[in-house]
Amino acid sequence: MTNEIIKFNHVKKNFGKNEVIPDITFSINQGEFVTVLGSSGSGKTTTLKMINGLEQPTTGEIVVNGKDLKNTNLVDLRRHIGYVVQSIGLFPHMTIAQNIAITPKLLGWKQEKISSRVGELLEMVGLHNADFAKRYPAQLSGGQQQRVGVARALATNPPIMLFDEPFSALDAITRQKLQVEVKKLHQQLKEKTFFFVTHDINEALYLGDRVMVMNRGKIEQFASAQEVVNHPASEYVKNLIDTVRTNQKLWEGLK
Amino acid sequence: MIQYWQENSTRMINLTIQHAQMVLTSLLIALVIATILIAIFLRKKNWLNLLIYIFSLLYSVPSYAFFALLIPVTGLGETSAIIVLAFYSEYVLLRTFITGIRNINTNYLEVAKGVGMTNTQVFTRVQLPLALPAIFSGLQVALASTMAIATIASTISAGGLGDLLFEGLQTGRVVPILWGTILTVALTLICIIILKLLENIMISDWWEVEKTGR
Repeated sequence: MTNEIIKFNHVKKNFGKNEVIPDITFSINQGEFVTVLGSSGSGKTTTLKMINGLEQPTTGEIVVNGKDLKNTNLVDLRRHIGYVVQSIGLFPHMTIAQNIAITPKLLGWKQEKISSRVGELLEMVGLHNADFAKRYPAQLSGGQQQRVGVARALATNPPIMLFDEPFSALDAITRQKLQVEVKKLHQQLKEKTFFFVTHDINEALYLGDRVMVMNRGKIEQFASAQEVVNHPASEYVKNLIDTVRTNQKLWEGLK
Repeated sequence: MIQYWQENSTRMINLTIQHAQMVLTSLLIALVIATILIAIFLRKKNWLNLLIYIFSLLYSVPSYAFFALLIPVTGLGETSAIIVLAFYSEYVLLRTFITGIRNINTNYLEVAKGVGMTNTQVFTRVQLPLALPAIFSGLQVALASTMAIATIASTISAGGLGDLLFEGLQTGRVVPILWGTILTVALTLICIIILKLLENIMISDWWEVEKTGR
């Protein structure tokens, strides 16, 4: 049996009277790159937040890294799960180095270990230029900020990385560049599980080993990109894939 | 004017120092209490609102009456004055602190939890530093208003620059009143400048970067 690192078992989530997720069950293997595709209100971000305990399920069981979240110290859990969010993610009152060092500091690492780790991470995300470390987030471009966000999430070398639409506010060129880099990063860092939420269908199909298509709190399909494109499991998935085809026609017509 | 200064300079300097001590002590007490109150009640929204409401009522009590009411409890003198002044600052500080903390984008708080901070760490490492600009502007308002209110403390023999004002009133002379006013304003200005310097040191560069965008 492969190593299941994230497991949802009949999870249901309500916000007040609003049923956001009626009942989902899925599991993700260690080392997989899973993308979650859905429009706003599909429950994709809620699903992501239930993995690191920012949201708790109304009913159902969630197992992350072998631990049932019901009996787990969530603060400790979050220190060992990388978390990358949309544009506003870096703390404006901390320098880049301080932002990256947050979780290592919370874990009580020694100062030298933190400094060398920060340098190593900045290099990994292509910001090795020494003076980046001392700047404040507002002095960086959107793309650079997202790189720092990824570096911060990787700081403690967590086995799981969560991405909540990290590139949605970036321009197309920067976004594509970062997509390529994230994919490369996943290949480099073997055995790390990436859970990446997006509403961009191309991003989802390009990045994911498997793509989870969500609509109104239900999983419409959870399969490889190829499978999703060639054998859409539902009307919704089919319509989604068709939008890309329509765009392609537009491109052909313009050529 | 100048003659009055020459005759009374030592006393006037002492009164100014006394005034400054009274105001700064009360402000410090109010600051500590405000921080503690917010730390305790931050997650209980209704309690905080109730707290602000209570302090706003206290704020509307005339300062003269407030001083008089405290005499049977803490007696004449500086202690009563400091308590009253602290109460007045408390309302201003609470109000501005809470606004400052509530104006923080909730995304930051969620990210703070997401990277593994406990609730206390979210408060001390994210909410408090991000609210500092608001806290400092609150301190400035509280400082200026307590400086003025503190002159009334003279009536319960707490000393301070109010002594000069009441001396002028009782003897029908303008000069002491003028001196009392000038010294109060000058003291306020000096304290505000010091506060600004402190703000510059504590908020360091990020606020500047944030405001100018670069």
